[in-house]
Amino acid sequence: MSIGHLTRRSLLAAGTALTMALGAPAFAQTPPGVLVVGQIAEPKALDPAAVTAVNDFRILMNVYDGLVRYKDGTLEVEPALATDWEISEDGTEYTFTLREGVTFHDGSSFDAEAVKFNFDRMLDESHPYYDTGPFPLSFFFSAIEEVEVVDPTTVKFVLNEPYAPFLSNLAYPTGLIVSPAAVEEHGSEFGRNPSGTGPFKFAEWRPNEAVVVEANPDYWDGAPQLEAVVFRPITDASTRTAEMLAGGIDLMVEVPPVALSQFEGESYQLHEQAGPHLWFLILNAKEGPFADKLVRQAANYAIDKEAIVNEVLEGTAEVAAGPTPPAFAWAYNEDLEPYPYDPEKARELIAEAGAEGAELTFYVTEGGSGMLDPVAMGTAIQADLEAVGFDVTIETYEWNTFLGEVNPGLEGKADMAEMAWMTNDPDTLPFLALRSEAFPDQGGFNSGYYSNPKVDELLEQARRATDQEERARLYKEMQEIVHEDAPWVFVANWKQNAVTNDRVENFDLQPSFFLLLDDVAKN
Amino acid sequence: MGGYILRRLLSAVPVLLGITVIVFLIMALIPGDPATAILGSYATPENVARINRELGLDAPLWRQYLIWLGNMLQGDFGQSFALNRPVLDEVLERFGATLILAGTAFVLCSLLGVIAGTISAANQYGWADKAITFTVLLGISIPSFFLGMMMILLFAVRLRWFPVSGMWPIYGARDAAALISHLAMPAIALAVVATGVIARLSRSALLEVLRQDFIRTARAKGVHERSVIWRHALRAAMVSILPVLGIQAGFVLSGAVYIEIVFQWPGIGRMLVDAILRRDILLVQGGVIVVAACYVFFNIIVDVAQSLLDPRIRT
Repeated sequence: MSIGHLTRRSLLAAGTALTMALGAPAFAQTPPGVLVVGQIAEPKALDPAAVTAVNDFRILMNVYDGLVRYKDGTLEVEPALATDWEISEDGTEYTFTLREGVTFHDGSSFDAEAVKFNFDRMLDESHPYYDTGPFPLSFFFSAIEEVEVVDPTTVKFVLNEPYAPFLSNLAYPTGLIVSPAAVEEHGSEFGRNPSGTGPFKFAEWRPNEAVVVEANPDYWDGAPQLEAVVFRPITDASTRTAEMLAGGIDLMVEVPPVALSQFEGESYQLHEQAGPHLWFLILNAKEGPFADKLVRQAANYAIDKEAIVNEVLEGTAEVAAGPTPPAFAWAYNEDLEPYPYDPEKARELIAEAGAEGAELTFYVTEGGSGMLDPVAMGTAIQADLEAVGFDVTIETYEWNTFLGEVNPGLEGKADMAEMAWMTNDPDTLPFLALRSEAFPDQGGFNSGYYSNPKVDELLEQARRATDQEERARLYKEMQEIVHEDAPWVFVANWKQNAVTNDRVENFDLQPSFFLLLDDVAKN
Repeated sequence: MGGYILRRLLSAVPVLLGITVIVFLIMALIPGDPATAILGSYATPENVARINRELGLDAPLWRQYLIWLGNMLQGDFGQSFALNRPVLDEVLERFGATLILAGTAFVLCSLLGVIAGTISAANQYGWADKAITFTVLLGISIPSFFLGMMMILLFAVRLRWFPVSGMWPIYGARDAAALISHLAMPAIALAVVATGVIARLSRSALLEVLRQDFIRTARAKGVHERSVIWRHALRAAMVSILPVLGIQAGFVLSGAVYIEIVFQWPGIGRMLVDAILRRDILLVQGGVIVVAACYVFFNIIVDVAQSLLDPRIRT
């Protein structure tokens, strides 16, 4: 007996010692004033011109400013580093008045020359720092003919044609302004030694561990509440969830739908925000059953989008009504209703078109940016289409391979394919993927070969209009026609989500899907 | 002896060259290119061509290969597209992290496996043998990533004894205690299956030895049973246990990739998976070359060591 006692007691003692030795110091709570963010991947670089991933943008938006930015809670632009601007009558000249007295984190001053440097670096192949690229999204600014320094606080952009999305592209991370002095000093290493004008300045990058930024007390828009932010890359969603539950991070982005129930209750707050995202099916309008508008509409009726959004995605998305996400509030056509789930109606339309029992080849991806849960969604869609009499064969591809199959066009290969886009302007997606001139052989993304001259005309006009109300009117008309023509099955608009613990205050997600932390506080 | 070592080293050259050709061709032949991975939805043919040109991927394959090989021979493994840092820095850092994880797991599974197998054999069909056999079967049957997740839930989320993930604390000192607290769970999760295998094989190796005459002699002359098992029998059994340990070392190293994903361990397995998905060609090639070179040289070292013990091998 006594030996048993001893053993048990010593076990207990050893256990306690282990807990104290290992447990206590390493994972005390995260310190006050320091926000630890669980990111989905290691960033590529902190050079806004060189990166493309939302994951990297989440850091960048807190280190840099653009000439303009999105107004809180909207996708409409407001002044940032530029205090004011004028647009010439014909829409080809944008003249910005710059904010005075702003300095970069490295101490150099922000002026018109710095703005010119930024855009020349991306666009001019003979620029001495063009080799700090490549700059994958520089085509956002391909309309720029020339950037002119009028005086130190005035800069003029001359465009080669009217291009209405120009302002909102400037608000996109690719338009963030970097310090020319820092680029000159670090060259191609600038992405690891960033310097901007934003609310936080870069402090440290420990590869595969953390990027640390510290408050910029001299920020022109008021110093941030936090002392520092730590961005931790945690690629596996279950591990990220566990870190949040264990207190290792204060803010977690992209909570997997199945993990949402873990964060009910007092100690956590769940944030949701619908963004400029559309998940849809490209239908091959050139050949096969979907060449007939009635069959395309039938597909829209046959698929139970409510079930996909609520069951497969656990409420992390909303049913989409048309080609433009509602997050573009100013350009969104409120009168548009999603196609209701109506298998009867679908069968009638299919019968009318004489497409009963048609065989369909359906391209599904295994994953990919913005694709949500593509395999499960694809399976649900297949079941719905088979219920109205189609014979659907799924072909599944890994994301890069999938893009290589879909982007060159579906002709001769498939009848439908999954796709998702996240954009920053209502122009982008329809212009690149619905115009007759955007067929794959012309360098566009109209992989389903939809063509309607009226839509082409509306989109061309909207691009030339500089008045926002006029643009909105044109986009709304376009949405109505596209909804009726049904070149796609409009499935879902993703709601971005995030969880914060109860020590975090003043946090809100933005429709842009950027993570803005300058007003956030943590005790 | 020197001649033998030199011959072995020279024979590694064609092997390594072959590896460079194979890994280069695989990366060139799989669908999808880095430009598509970088551009995502914006991968128009025009944009893809522009990015490929700037990355130097528009040259003919044989030229790309020669440039890559030439640079590598001068110690320049190139720059990762996806991480924008030198390939060699990333690979060495990540490989180091994997060696720490796999090394710890290997020490754990060797010690525990041999001890458990020995106890099991010494008490054949006794309660200790049954308990160990049962535990071992359970351990072999649980996939390591699932075990890892369960350990996270219990020891990190519920009890908060250990951190969930990572290799170092975000704040505070990077000392041995900090490393051990981060290393404990992944190393154990990684070691469990190998421990089971080693325990099973140690048990049968030992049982084999225990039936032999010299054991009976030892017992007959009155050697203490503990000494019979741990000194006489185990030493003899080690001859057949050691090769199993060698095989398990490779198993632990390759199994590390699952554990690295679950515990966000910054090792080379996870790096290679990410790099393949992002079509980060130079990083994949560099990573594979470094790992392969390590295996090749490890083999050479083993061969040389064996030849030192047994001169017949040298010829």
